[in-house]
Amino acid sequence: MVHTFYLNGYYIALDVNSGAVHVLDKLAFDLLNKFEDKLPEECPCEFVKELSEEYPEQDILDVYSELLSLQNAGQLFSEDDYERFTDMMKGAPIKSMCLHISHDCNLRCKYCFASTGDFGKGRKLMPVETGKKAIDFLLTHSGNRHNLELDFFGGEPLMNWDAVKEIVDYARSKEEEYNKKFRFTVTTNGVLLDDDSIDYINKEMKNVVLSLDGRKCVNDNMRLTINGKGSYDIFVPKFQKLVEKRLKGENKEYYARGTFTKNNLDFANDVYHIADDLGFDQLSVEPVIADASEPYAITEEDLPTIFAEYEKLAVEMIRRKKEEGGCFNFFHFMIDLDQGPCAIKRLRGCGCGNEYVSVTPDGDIYPCHQFVGNDEWKMGNLDDETLDIEMKDKFACSNIYTKEGCKDCWCKFYCSGGCNANNYSFNKDINKPVKLSCEMERKRVECAIMIKVAMADK
Amino acid sequence: MEHIKTVNNANLKESCAKGGCGECQASCQSACKTSCTVANQECENESRKGNK
Ligand code: SF4
Ligand code: SF4
Ligand code: SF4
Repeated sequence: MVHTFYLNGYYIALDVNSGAVHVLDKLAFDLLNKFEDKLPEECPCEFVKELSEEYPEQDILDVYSELLSLQNAGQLFSEDDYERFTDMMKGAPIKSMCLHISHDCNLRCKYCFASTGDFGKGRKLMPVETGKKAIDFLLTHSGNRHNLELDFFGGEPLMNWDAVKEIVDYARSKEEEYNKKFRFTVTTNGVLLDDDSIDYINKEMKNVVLSLDGRKCVNDNMRLTINGKGSYDIFVPKFQKLVEKRLKGENKEYYARGTFTKNNLDFANDVYHIADDLGFDQLSVEPVIADASEPYAITEEDLPTIFAEYEKLAVEMIRRKKEEGGCFNFFHFMIDLDQGPCAIKRLRGCGCGNEYVSVTPDGDIYPCHQFVGNDEWKMGNLDDETLDIEMKDKFACSNIYTKEGCKDCWCKFYCSGGCNANNYSFNKDINKPVKLSCEMERKRVECAIMIKVAMADK
Repeated sequence: MEHIKTVNNANLKESCAKGGCGECQASCQSACKTSCTVANQECENESRKGNK
């Protein structure tokens, strides 16, 4: 399968199954577009005839031989022979966990998928004992995996910060005995950050995700305090302090993570605001996941505007890289075309329900943070020592070959089948991708590839 | 080549030889939290890194 597209002046072809990316001239692009599948040894006469109205015949034949040589080198119309690896993740160890340390929050963001923090199940903090049991669970279920990921999530984790510290200490005390390395991460809205928690996060957390939406007016329209006031002025100085200190320390990774909605389809301006005015250079600004009935939900009719916005952002990023010698990182435009994840990894987007689980303050286990609170998807409980292996296998066996439309989608090895939780919440089936999300994902990947192409073009 | 330039050395086929070790990130928690663009994640497999 080959995907061709024209973007920002570049004619680009992606050979889906090998991952090769080619930049073409217009003739090569036009000729390649005539083929849906493998090229025959000779260029079909009708194609030569059609194109000879626009191009010299010799050029057409030259291009054809270039295309043919790429095909022979396995870089054009290469085969998809990865289906044999699909069972490899069945029975995989659980090595990654989201710990819902606080099902309570001190903000009331309008779009919160966790029903403003409590996941519809009542406001609750996780007892330290439950957290320790979760650590034990991870230690004993992670088999031979060395790197264990543990994300402190909420609600707002800082509302139960002493528990976080105790759990981190407990986990660290077990690392040597079990020959494991914990990588802690935390997601925070920043409201409760102080010098102590900032220093602690910077010392212990490999990555920290700072939630904010961009421009003050945009942020304060969605991210509200309990009294209904804007939150921007509360967290901005704290986030800035955290990042400033962080960059001097050992753990430098962070993301300023925003959400855009129908209310700010000009979200590139929020990206620039976060980068230029606030000084954060690791950014992730994502479309809101919301029921179509919500006034701020993104709908089909917004797509052309969103596509144009992504393109605009990509072009500006290239300009900054070329003219200013550097640019912020935009998470969804980051792509490694040479040495990214192996093809086996790319058969599924995440380890949800198989290598990754979420644990609630009650010790209930769910496939991932976005399934929490949905009883149908409760997988087990730490106290009862239960785990639904049938459900685990269901996730292990879900991949780009089982998901509707993915097998024939050019983006399959970049997107890897979308988000199970999103699929379920919109289509009631983890194997049924959400069209709207697919469209945006494909646009982002095209932009990401184009940026690489532009940067290779001196 | 005159008309086509290949910009990368990607070889997804070869990546399978030492792939699938499962050491890399398994959730979308690192940044996005609502989706994974797998292609931007890092491979954590030391034996693959040495053998590009
Ligand atoms: S660490 Fe690398 S080789 Fe191992 S599964 Fe992940 S991408 Fe594949
Ligand atoms: S974009 Fe949609 S169809 Fe394509 S791989 Fe992703 S989820 Fe599947
Ligand atoms: S199912 Fe979706 S929300 Fe859950 S871990 Fe995977 S990508 Fe993230």
